[in-house]
Amino acid sequence: MTTTTPTKARRRSFGAWFADTGWRHLVAVVVSIFAVFPLLYVFSASLNPQGTLTGSNQLFSAVGIDSYVRILTDPQNPYAKWFLNTLIIAVVTGFVTVFIGACAAYAFSRMRFAGRRVGLVTIVVVQMFPQLLAVVAIFLLMTTLGDWFPAIGLNTHTGLILVYLGGALGVNTYLMYGFFNTIPKELDEAARIDGAGHARIFFTIILRLVAPILAVVGLLSFIGTVNEYVVASVMLIDPEQQTLVVGLTKLVSNPRYADWSAFSAGAVMAAIPVMVLFLFLQKYIVGGLTAGATKG
Amino acid sequence: MSDTTAVEKAEAEQTPPPTRRQRQAASIAEAASGRIGWMLLKIVLLAIVDAIALYAAFVLFTHHEWVVLALVVLVTVLVNYIYFSRKAVPAKYLTPGVIFLIVFQVFTLLYTGYIGFTNYGTGHNGSKDQAVAALMRSAQERVEDSPAYPVTVVEQLGTLGLLVTDPEDGDISVGTNDQPLAEVDGATMEGGEATAVDGWTSLSFAQVLARSNEIEQLSVPFSDDPNDGAIRTPDGQNGYLYVSSLEYDEAAGTMTDTDSGTVYKDIGTGAFTSADGEELLPGWQITVGFDNFVRAVTDESIRGPLISVTIWTFVFALISVASTFFLGLLLALVFNNTRMRFRNGYRILLILPYAFPAFLSALVWAGMMNESFGFINQVILGGASIPWLTDPVLAKVSVLIVNLWLGFPYMFLVCMGALQGIPDEVNEAGVMDGANPWQIFRQIKLPLLLVTVAPLLISSFAFNFNNFNLIYMLTNGGPRFDDVSIPVGHTDILISMVYKVAFTGQTRDYGLASAFTIIIFIVVAVISIISFRKTKALEELN
Repeated sequence: MTTTTPTKARRRSFGAWFADTGWRHLVAVVVSIFAVFPLLYVFSASLNPQGTLTGSNQLFSAVGIDSYVRILTDPQNPYAKWFLNTLIIAVVTGFVTVFIGACAAYAFSRMRFAGRRVGLVTIVVVQMFPQLLAVVAIFLLMTTLGDWFPAIGLNTHTGLILVYLGGALGVNTYLMYGFFNTIPKELDEAARIDGAGHARIFFTIILRLVAPILAVVGLLSFIGTVNEYVVASVMLIDPEQQTLVVGLTKLVSNPRYADWSAFSAGAVMAAIPVMVLFLFLQKYIVGGLTAGATKG
Repeated sequence: MSDTTAVEKAEAEQTPPPTRRQRQAASIAEAASGRIGWMLLKIVLLAIVDAIALYAAFVLFTHHEWVVLALVVLVTVLVNYIYFSRKAVPAKYLTPGVIFLIVFQVFTLLYTGYIGFTNYGTGHNGSKDQAVAALMRSAQERVEDSPAYPVTVVEQLGTLGLLVTDPEDGDISVGTNDQPLAEVDGATMEGGEATAVDGWTSLSFAQVLARSNEIEQLSVPFSDDPNDGAIRTPDGQNGYLYVSSLEYDEAAGTMTDTDSGTVYKDIGTGAFTSADGEELLPGWQITVGFDNFVRAVTDESIRGPLISVTIWTFVFALISVASTFFLGLLLALVFNNTRMRFRNGYRILLILPYAFPAFLSALVWAGMMNESFGFINQVILGGASIPWLTDPVLAKVSVLIVNLWLGFPYMFLVCMGALQGIPDEVNEAGVMDGANPWQIFRQIKLPLLLVTVAPLLISSFAFNFNNFNLIYMLTNGGPRFDDVSIPVGHTDILISMVYKVAFTGQTRDYGLASAFTIIIFIVVAVISIISFRKTKALEELN
């Protein structure tokens, strides 16, 4: 599609063009098809009024919103509820994660105290051990906690958010720490001379200047939470309480008998907000990923 | 850029207002209001924390959890000290994160390690006392000549109990499933039977009906000695004495079935076991030392899958990193040409798989790769029936293909960034010295690129080593191994094996699952050490 000759000013032979940039287009088109066709497939399947996997194979053969209506109104699979649960859990986790991480990064970046180095090393080490490795202990801990305090035990969103917050320091502080270090200390000092306390400097000056990294960490945490299956599936038992990842996985646990187009409709609706956010912030994300990596 | 604007802003704020007095007054007022505002906020937040801690302490007190109670009190005092003290400024910023980190990550990781040395799992869920109580209760039978005890169902903090009036001596006592009957004073009497008592809420008739299932399960021990039996009430009105057909001898540590006369002994395996090896379940949780590890190594039906799964985990993670990196690098090189058009358009298309939520991708691919109805077999291959996900070898290939799809955009972005970071002079110098493009790439650019990308490759390996979602949602670990005692399959990796052993199947074996987790711990620790050596990240800290 894009392999038409782009020359205008200077005429070149097809061979010369191909040797210079043409083959690049060829590779790019092939890989783009590989990248995009599953997404096209799921979008087409979601518009297909027929429910089965076989029915979804003819791309865009029929277009309708029946399956969107089906997935939103199916009492067996409360999709809207899952969506809302996911949104609440991921947004709250994202915000609190950003706040906790920013506080810690501020302390590590701006203050000198006993145990600072040990603290930083601990954070780097802990982030190598993701929480899902401890899923057995998390399940048992939350069962016990639930016996004492039902409000934060198994099958509660609060409990799940608390568990996710356990990963807040480990995963993101180092990324933020690197960024905080790039903000000149002279700003703090100027503010301090003007009589501002540490809290004031943090909330009114630093937090504004590090906004890009806050957005990146918030989004990474949001996406991470949306995708998190292990802990969520173990902790959330009632269908009404579950998140999208748990509910949708269960919905298509047997793809042969599942209402495939309803699942696809659900997948499209779940993916769109995430993808829009991602593409919107991709510049920052890529910068953040590489910066964090080269530093740590 | 943003720095200068902030400085300008700060300077702008300092431009003098009309008179000096006004300025002073304004700054004093602002400072004062600010302080009070912060102070109030701090006090309100701390008050909330303290109120929650107080509630927690109270609940823990009623459950007699002294160690946890002490910890809660200690942490609360510490938190109050930190936030009221004028010193300890760093602690003010670190405390919230550290508390969460310790409770939900450090503690749980250590606890997982500990569980690996216990027999925790189905049938071994609690303490020995709980096991004894559960066994006795499961074998309870109503005493035939039991008098009818008038009872009232009562509730305290969500726990149901029975308020019992003894028909013979008129004693009033109250107890729950866990607390044996204890005498109480000052109960409200109605027609010779107690109907209410301070500290407990009596359930109305309608409530009793609504919760009849829970009430039928209620079995209040008659005394501290489990052999004395328990009061149960079928209807919430009258209770009867039930005794167990099992007899527990605490001193000898035996459980005797009074019907058959079989003696079950506590032989240190976490369950009462008869002379011919029959176990009474539920048992209880004990530390079993290295038994889980010994079992994993010696039991053929566990060792086989464990070895295959471990090898596959490494193969999967290595090939995933290599394949995504090479495709990403190739694309970055292809796109690293300013004369090429539509680069941004391609770029957006190529990172779409990265933006699409990963769990959905795996589920969609699982549908497309379905053997009989999937898009790939039916449409692309025109009705072939290739067992993409059900053949042991092909399933592994499929997993790798899907992971390539999922992972290459990330590597592409990273390599693009790294290539753009290499200055043009390097290239020119190479050309001057007569190197061909391949030599420039191989000898100059690739080593420079690897310096930037190596840490990312290591963390990508660590991520794929635990890439649970892909495996679980694409193949669910299948196809299953034959002749194994744990529910794992050819494409399972260590973490999905842990999950399956712990949470799926007939029996949950937390001990064995945690023992497997320890293997992952060791691997991850080795990876971290290598990665720290390589990147010298820890030396850079200052």
